[in-house]
Amino acid sequence: MTHNKTGLWRWLCVTLMLLASLGMASLASAQSTSESEMVTAAPGIDADQWRQVRSGETGPNYRDTRFDSNYNLVNSSGETWRQWRNRWVSPFGLIAIGGMAAAIALFYIIIGRKYLEEPRTGRKLFRWSLLMRSLHWTVASLFIVLALTGLNLLFGKFVFRSLLGDGAWAWMVSTSKVLHNYLGPIFGVLLVILLISMIKENMPKKHDLEWFKKGGGLFGKEHVDAGFCNGGEKAWYWLLASVGLLVVASGFVLDFPNFNQGRDTMQWANLIHAVGALGLTAVSLGHIYIGTLGTEGALEGMTTGYVDETWAKEHHNLWYEEVKDQALTEDEIAAQKSAGSAGTDSAPSSSG
Amino acid sequence: MAQMKFMCDAERCIECNGCVTACKNANDVEWGIQRRRVVTLNDGEADEMSISVACMHCDDAPCMAVCPTDCFYKTDDGIVLHDKDLCIGCGYCLYACPFGAPQFPQQNAFGERGKMDKCTFCAGGPAETKEEEYEKYGANRIAEGKLPLCAEMCSTKALLAGDAQEVADIFRQRVVQRGHPDGAWSGNPQASADDLAYDAARKG
Repeated sequence: MTHNKTGLWRWLCVTLMLLASLGMASLASAQSTSESEMVTAAPGIDADQWRQVRSGETGPNYRDTRFDSNYNLVNSSGETWRQWRNRWVSPFGLIAIGGMAAAIALFYIIIGRKYLEEPRTGRKLFRWSLLMRSLHWTVASLFIVLALTGLNLLFGKFVFRSLLGDGAWAWMVSTSKVLHNYLGPIFGVLLVILLISMIKENMPKKHDLEWFKKGGGLFGKEHVDAGFCNGGEKAWYWLLASVGLLVVASGFVLDFPNFNQGRDTMQWANLIHAVGALGLTAVSLGHIYIGTLGTEGALEGMTTGYVDETWAKEHHNLWYEEVKDQALTEDEIAAQKSAGSAGTDSAPSSSG
Repeated sequence: MAQMKFMCDAERCIECNGCVTACKNANDVEWGIQRRRVVTLNDGEADEMSISVACMHCDDAPCMAVCPTDCFYKTDDGIVLHDKDLCIGCGYCLYACPFGAPQFPQQNAFGERGKMDKCTFCAGGPAETKEEEYEKYGANRIAEGKLPLCAEMCSTKALLAGDAQEVADIFRQRVVQRGHPDGAWSGNPQASADDLAYDAARKG
């Protein structure tokens, strides 16, 4: 009995629901003229709300069905980043580096190499320990690899894709990215160590101002005062200590997306990284020129660790005054080396 | 030549996520990647509105402009595709894309993201064989004369795909029926349903 009763009830309910829905449907069809649709339609998203969408804000009632999405509807800053990168950073970076290279070439052609004015005395002063030389050349090699791979990532597609074809280009650019991303952090750590170990020699002094006023000796006949590091070297040091560290820091932001930093953060990091790195690359050309082609007697300091007395006197007179009594002849150095102590003894002897 | 475009009629979208599912199914994309997403504004309020978003196959595509490897290209139909053999997973396309379309299978240290994946307008991508194409990019329905499955399966026909002119015609007709002069899209008197490519950023 009870079973029958519930069956009846169920049948009644279904019939009622069917009737009700039919009634609703006919009501709806009667109203579906465009005018009434306008009246009953949802108010829609107004201009203010679209403005909010463009601003990137997402309110508490914003939903996105992608499982890990932290994106807004429209990534407006993307276009800003693109314009900054493609219109300003990329062309002006090329101008900075190309301009620097051209200026150096011009300087070399017109003024030429800075030769030692006095003959070499043949006696040497110890300037760079083996540790410092290794650190310098490791950081320098990494810098060059990072600069070349970075430049390839920014400009390579305009040159090498059509030149090499897709297969070789794919290999070249993916190798660039891998080298850049894995060597970058090593460079960052070593740069910090290098900066710390050289900070004492690079503290600004009063005579550095004079050095800059006379363009490091370019203007005027006489030599300008310089300690272990001259004004120019100190400028390069502090540039690396500021812009260099900024490039390293922004590089870490870009290199480790696993910390879930957002797109906007990475857009900023990318611009800072690119501007800083392009600037440093341009300035590094100057450092490389002065340290190799530009100045007679400079490179041997960073390769052998020793510089000639004459070079020290002409380029770092204040340092020379401090250490002149420690000068050694070639034979004495050879004797020291065979004793196995060269390079591992005292650090840069400016402290003396 | 056709200019392929998506358009989502936000007044029709009921956030059923049918497009998301259809896409996932048609293209057999990797776990964790969802080429299409549905965004809902003001969820639960009277003016709630949903919109289905994926790669919009821009005329002036920012991803293409910033890609360091130049892996993007545009088909004759105006579809933006990319070559996964060239992609290095740098993420720049993701920084630049207005719609959050590019996605990466990983997000690991040292910028290891894997190859970028995005909506192909169901047009596949560059590959030697059909199997390889399906493996890398998913279905090539365009080659079979079919439109993207997301739009084909949209239950309310909110999501439209096809030649821009045809999509515009359909939308214009709807707008006329509804009586909104600008399709209720922007509230901007400058915008009109005749010009779907209206650039809101351009003044005047």
